Order: sequence, then structure tokens, then C-alpha cells
Amino acid sequence: MNKQSNTYTIIYIIVLVVVVGTALAATSLALKDRQQENINADKMSQILNAALITPDKKDVVAEFDKYITEQFVVNERGEKVEGVNAFDVDVAAQIKLAADRRELPVFVCTVADGSHKYILPVYGAGLWGPIWGYVAFDSDGSTIYGAYFAHQGETPGLGAEIEKPAFSSQFEGKQVFKDGRFRPIAVVKAGQQPLNGEDYVDGISGGTITSKGVGSMLDNCLTPYKKFLQGLGQERQ
Amino acid sequence: MADKINNKEVLFNPLSKNNPVVVQVLGICSVLAVTAKLEPAIVMGVSVVAVLAFANVIISLLRNTIPTNIRIIVQLVVVAGLVVIVDQVLKAFAYDASKQLSVFIGLIITNCILMGRLEAFAMANKPWPSFLDGVGNGIGYALILIIVGFFRELLGSGTLLGYQIIPQSFYDAGYVNNGLMILPPMALILVACIIWVQRSFNKDLQEDN
Repeated sequence: MNKQSNTYTIIYIIVLVVVVGTALAATSLALKDRQQENINADKMSQILNAALITPDKKDVVAEFDKYITEQFVVNERGEKVEGVNAFDVDVAAQIKLAADRRELPVFVCTVADGSHKYILPVYGAGLWGPIWGYVAFDSDGSTIYGAYFAHQGETPGLGAEIEKPAFSSQFEGKQVFKDGRFRPIAVVKAGQQPLNGEDYVDGISGGTITSKGVGSMLDNCLTPYKKFLQGLGQERQ
Repeated sequence: MADKINNKEVLFNPLSKNNPVVVQVLGICSVLAVTAKLEPAIVMGVSVVAVLAFANVIISLLRNTIPTNIRIIVQLVVVAGLVVIVDQVLKAFAYDASKQLSVFIGLIITNCILMGRLEAFAMANKPWPSFLDGVGNGIGYALILIIVGFFRELLGSGTLLGYQIIPQSFYDAGYVNNGLMILPPMALILVACIIWVQRSFNKDLQEDN
């Protein structure tokens, strides 16, 4: 048999691709459930991290069920939307929609002292790829209780520092409503101040584009929650 | 040639005398990318050992059937398939590590060591020596990755595997982490230092002027 003939070559590559394709499909199917579990557990632990709870890896799911007492979806007017599961909302897809058409998930976390924290997801772009996070608000709808950020492929040691507590803990205690106006937190170069007088945190030196990405992510993703957060504040008064 | 191959040499030569990174200078790109911290460097090293060993065996088994015209494509398909499997397995069983390495696992496909070994060794040798060659070269690559990762994390962040190594009293006394270590150029400089040290021990690697 002529191994250099076109027929042999074509049949060879077809067989090879089918075999490799089957192997990949089989692996993917076999591991899918485990992977999805990991992804869900990871998301739960990120949400809890925003409320300053760091669960042990093994009991993430139990801890999540214990602390997150309510999850719902609101729209831009701050009204609850029925029939949508907050945990399953794909924030990455939602931010591409106009603000008034987005489904905005809210996770209510009851912390140890019995007070409610409202955890909102954010999603945006860093330097190399997507960045995302969760921001937890106090029940006044303005004070940030905690924040958690993560990234896909920012430069280690530079942009990747946004996932460190050293960066995210700066957000604690900042206010998004200042003098009655809604202004999400700015991220500026260390030592500088934003022009509009809003609350701000220091960016990462050497990670300027990622830091700016965090700033615009907060702008873009928290602004649609304005009515909802306002509502929280008024409810309390 | 095939029957004269000494299995021991095949396995151990790539560790030092014929190291893929510091002697053949292959696979430098991933050395820059994943070595800012030690842990991703280790996971990356292990993944490359696995992919390289199995790809070598598979190509070696197929070597007499592969049409010459498309041998590079066949090699690529086998490597790409294995890399995706490794990526899936990591996602299922070592989710944190796979999150850290993100795209770099996928980039094993483009690692020149793999194509180099498949083309130069597995295409001409039996499966068992090919397997040893894959393991040897993979470990040779992993060794360099781990050495570079060790120094970059220790000097750049003051930690190893995430644990603080440099005591707080050093920082109080004015010691500062070397931010330059985190940047990719320092990986190249470290690799160059390893090459320097290695050649000063192995006289036969030194080139005549």
C-alpha cells in the first residue's frame, strides 16, 4: 500500500481526527459534572469573599447556603424580576445589554451579627482579558462592606494584584452616595485624587490599565443598581 | 541507530548535558510567562512532562504509518488533543491551579520542545525509549521552570508557594521586594545565569571561539 498517496493521506487524517475528537468528547462528558461543581463552588466562594467570609474549600456549598439567605434579580428601576434565578444570571452577557434591559442579580448575605449585606456582581475588562468581582453593600445602600475581585489573565505581580486583599480591602467603608449623588468608587494613581470628589482607592502601580478597568467596571456595573441601592437607603429611614 | 540507544542516557541527558531549555534554548517563551510564582511553574512542569511523554509514545507507535506530507499536522493534532485533555483534567481535579495557569496550559501546544522531541526523536524510535525521552525532556524543562520560579517568587514577592519566607523584620529594616523580578525580562536574565553556571561546570558544553 502506498503510504504517500493522496487517498491514504486523506483517509489517515480523517480517521485520526475522528479518534481524537471522540477522545476529547468522551473526556469532556466524563468530567463535565465535576467541572461544573468546581465552577459553582468557586463562584460561591467568590460571593462569600465579598462579604468578608472565607469558607473552607470543602464546605463552600454548606457555608453559602448558611449565609446567603436570599437571592433575587432586580431591574434598573429597582423592582424585583420574577422567574429568574440570580445565581444563574450570566453577568458577562448582561453588561452587553442596555442598562434598562439588564437582569441585575442581588445576593443577600446575613452575617454573624444578623445584619444584611447586599452583594452585587460586577464584570469588566482588564488589560489581557476579563476581570470580575463582587461588591457587598451595607443595608444603607451606600457603604461598601467588602469587595472581591478576580481576573482571568492579568500580569502576575502587576495587574493580577487586584485579587489580593491589599487592594480589595481599600474599598471597605467607602460610600457610593455622596452629597445625595450616586458616584461609584474611582480607582486612581496612588497619591492622586479624582476630579469629582467621589470616594476613591489607590490603583496598582505598574497595573494602570487593569486599575482603570476596575474603575470603569464599577461605573458600568453598579450604576444600573442606583435605584435599588437608593431604595435600600430609604427603606431604613 | 534505533537499537544502539542507551535508555539511561535518553532519560538523564536532558536533565543537564542536553537540557532543552538551557542547552538547546527551546521553550523559553513559557519560562518567561509562568514563573513569576513557584506553584504555577510546578503545575506547568508536571503538565508538560505528562503531555510530552504521552505524545512521544503515541507518535512513536504511529511513526511507521504517518504519511510524510502531513506528519507535522498529525503531531499537532495529537499534542493538541492531549493538551485539551490535561486542561480538562486540571479543571476537574485541580481547579485552583488551572485557574492560575489559565491560557498557559493551552499554550503547551505551541511549546517548541514538544514539536522538537516528536520530530527529532519519536518519529525515529521505539515507544519505550520515546517515553523515557519525553519524561527526561519534560523533567529537564520542569527543573529550569522550578529554579527560575523559586528565585522570582522569593526575591520578587518574598514568598514561596504563597507562604511568607522573608520575615517581617527584614521589611522593617528597610528590605524591599524586588519588583523587577516579577517582570518577564528577569526570567531571561535568570535563565542566562543558569546557562552560565551550568557551562562553567560542564566544560564540554563551552564553545570554542
